[in-house]
Amino acid sequence: MTPSHESLQLWPAAVSATATQTDLLILAFTVLTLLLTVPVFVAITYFALRYREGSEADRSPSGIRSNLIEISWMLIPFLLTLIFFVWGARLYIHSRNAPPDAMVVEAIGRQWMWKFQHPTGQAEINNLHLPIGQPIRLHIISQDVIHALYLPAVRLQVAALPDRYTDLWFKADKTGTYHLYCSEYCGTDHSVMGGEVTFMNPGDYQEWLTHAGAQQGKVAAGRALYEAYGCAGCHEPGSAVKAPSLAGLYGGPVKLADGRTVTADEGWLREKILNPNGDRLAGGGKQIMPSFAGRIPADELTTLIDFLKSYSSPAAGKAADATPAGSTR
Amino acid sequence: MSASGSIGGTARREPHTPESTIGRKPDYLHAESTLRSWFLTTDHKRIALLYLASITGFFVIGAVAAGVVRLALVVPNGAIMTNDTYNKAFTIHGVVMVWFFLIPSIPATFGNFLIPLMIGAKDLAFPKLNLTSWYVFMAGALFTLAAVVLGGVDTGWTFYAPLSTAFSNTWVLPALIGVTIVGFSSILTGLNFVVTIHTMRAPGMTWFKLPIFVWTHYATSLIFLLATPVITTALILLIAERAFHVGVFDPAYGGDPVLFQHLFWFYSHPAVYIMVLPGMGVISEIVPAFAQKKLFGYRFVAYASIGLASVTFFVWGHHMFVNGQSDLASLVFSALSFAVAVPSAVKVYNWTATIHKGSLRLDTPMLYAMGYIGLFVLGGLTGLYLATLAINQHIHATYFVVAHFHYIMVGGTVLAFLGGLHFWWPKFTGRMYSEPWGRVSALLIFLGFNVTFFPQFILGYLGMPRRYATYPAEFQLLNVLSSAGATILAAGYIFPMLYLVYSLWFGRKAPANPWNAKGLEWETSSPPPTHNFLSPPEVPRIPYDYPIQAKESRDQHG
Repeated sequence: MTPSHESLQLWPAAVSATATQTDLLILAFTVLTLLLTVPVFVAITYFALRYREGSEADRSPSGIRSNLIEISWMLIPFLLTLIFFVWGARLYIHSRNAPPDAMVVEAIGRQWMWKFQHPTGQAEINNLHLPIGQPIRLHIISQDVIHALYLPAVRLQVAALPDRYTDLWFKADKTGTYHLYCSEYCGTDHSVMGGEVTFMNPGDYQEWLTHAGAQQGKVAAGRALYEAYGCAGCHEPGSAVKAPSLAGLYGGPVKLADGRTVTADEGWLREKILNPNGDRLAGGGKQIMPSFAGRIPADELTTLIDFLKSYSSPAAGKAADATPAGSTR
Repeated sequence: MSASGSIGGTARREPHTPESTIGRKPDYLHAESTLRSWFLTTDHKRIALLYLASITGFFVIGAVAAGVVRLALVVPNGAIMTNDTYNKAFTIHGVVMVWFFLIPSIPATFGNFLIPLMIGAKDLAFPKLNLTSWYVFMAGALFTLAAVVLGGVDTGWTFYAPLSTAFSNTWVLPALIGVTIVGFSSILTGLNFVVTIHTMRAPGMTWFKLPIFVWTHYATSLIFLLATPVITTALILLIAERAFHVGVFDPAYGGDPVLFQHLFWFYSHPAVYIMVLPGMGVISEIVPAFAQKKLFGYRFVAYASIGLASVTFFVWGHHMFVNGQSDLASLVFSALSFAVAVPSAVKVYNWTATIHKGSLRLDTPMLYAMGYIGLFVLGGLTGLYLATLAINQHIHATYFVVAHFHYIMVGGTVLAFLGGLHFWWPKFTGRMYSEPWGRVSALLIFLGFNVTFFPQFILGYLGMPRRYATYPAEFQLLNVLSSAGATILAAGYIFPMLYLVYSLWFGRKAPANPWNAKGLEWETSSPPPTHNFLSPPEVPRIPYDYPIQAKESRDQHG
């Protein structure tokens, strides 16, 4: 399920009161902008025609006191725009102070994925499921470089810093699925570091937590290990090393250099991780993967292999798609 | 001064040869012709042309990188190039355009050429330092260029830590070293201009007789001198952290990553005015010349230039509203950013008022100036959207920002650069360019620019983040439109390069003052002799002493 199917969209969806108020603010500001600029554009065009060289226009001095004019066209636009400073500041302060009863969701950014952890322990990668009608506070940190979590549907973003927490709070009042981005440039796969946020009715959210959420949690844990042990750094598309993709590998045939074909089952994956120099692959790629024997605990290895079993494609792996019944779009 | 301007007539277009140039020695272009005479010259005019040739080359490289970026974004799924290639392309575009084109563009070329002429001096205060600054610039620029083009760097022109110090595996270190070196060139140029404007003015050339072009360059030079050392420091700390793991910005070594942004923007926001103020100076010369009317509110425009250069030091935090800065800091920076709009507005309204009741010729420089005013107004006001805290939380780091600063940098600085290039081309080269080709190109650039960048305002509000190699499919139509506009813009850039170069050999010989403009640079021959004036120029009674003197502006002349 994608957030929008329209090929030309002219206004983004707004799902919170803050988002609607931000839209109102920018529309009002646009009206002022037009009031300040259209006269300039009209005047320049008109003067260019009226006073072109050789025209019979009146060029006698107008006799207007210039200091008065100068001060009025300095001060009037300034004071008018100050209205928008105050308006924008009030809205900002409101959006910076989360109500104490907000539900806290932990968000961790790292190259190049988001991990979200619900208060009840369920975790998900790149996608986020949240209930409507309740204040949500995202408690955000980064594990490496600076990222930023951006949710256009609530008109908010904030940096994910590597050394301290930042917060983002909102209260959605419409269900639906919308984009979730990283908006601070963070390296190679910056543009794929994101997914979707799905706002659900509270009942659907509870159901999601118990079913899909629990499953998501397991996959997410495996995905996190896949990133943490550096597997992704070489095996994801676009990496400099160009190691074979692991997406869709599980259960399929693998051609080996000695002519055999094996099935990539659990046991083979396990062996290949612990002893990468065995079973050389066909195709002549250089074997540079280090052995993980003794470096990865048995329980984590199981979780990692469970993730690989579910990993169908890089995109789906990130989404680990489990769209809930409550989605309205 | 001769009052040769019969309004509306054609007489004013006739070339007149100032007495001071009769029986003259060869001009500065023909005085010597060896390579050595160019590469070891201390003539500010020749050094200006060295800069002009170099930054034109850098502009072409930056523009090609922009073309690669726009090509990649024709499809949403990144099918044309890898994310890594895309990231390196936009880094080349940003690094080359900001550091090696926009910052030196008008000051190092037109400023270098024209400041001594406009104040009636025979050169800058420190001619050898001037040449040195060109060599320093070229050394740093070529070093960085080699790093970003041959090696590749993927941090963007902003080099945010700790991505740049600990995580990027690209050629960040040489790129940083080169940019650091280029900073010294800015400092030397700024120093030279400040001393020249203080000490080299012709007798009678008081401060309030200086053209606005000189005022804006004075303001720019102050920023060069006061802000550049900060970026130099920041870049050296970045180098130290990347090379030696000195913990300054990376929390893994006990540093603070937001500190880099503070230092970076403490320079880079004033640097916006390094790019903008000289352009305002150019427009303030073109508009009165093509309206044959005194600049409206001369003193206000002069004060506004210094005002902008001062206030711009106190708004850097508006780049960091969502980057973990304290709320109080954000409130203060937001309010101060609104204050910057005031002196900018003064200039726009004053240029418009100058056209009122003028006698207008819509030649190429004036077309660029009018385009500049329109685009700069849009760029400036969309800057206020970004300065509004609640709006910033949505459009920060989206294509809205990209559109905003391209309206300022391309719609503003590049249009002013091209307008100035056409305006002073006869003075630089002694040749006239092709006026019909000039007008067609100016209109093409205006059209292409708007088709390229206006859709990006919409993309930004829809929520498309910047620096994205891939993007959601629903944004494709607007991105294709933007890329289509970029091809029109490219054509608009190519034409001037062709007809201007053509004019060097085949253009009509230029008279000393083809536009019947005021200002001492028009009092000497085109091109000027090596020492600018054969006899000391006569400083006019008032600045912008044009035939049409509206009552309001006569009231307050210096």
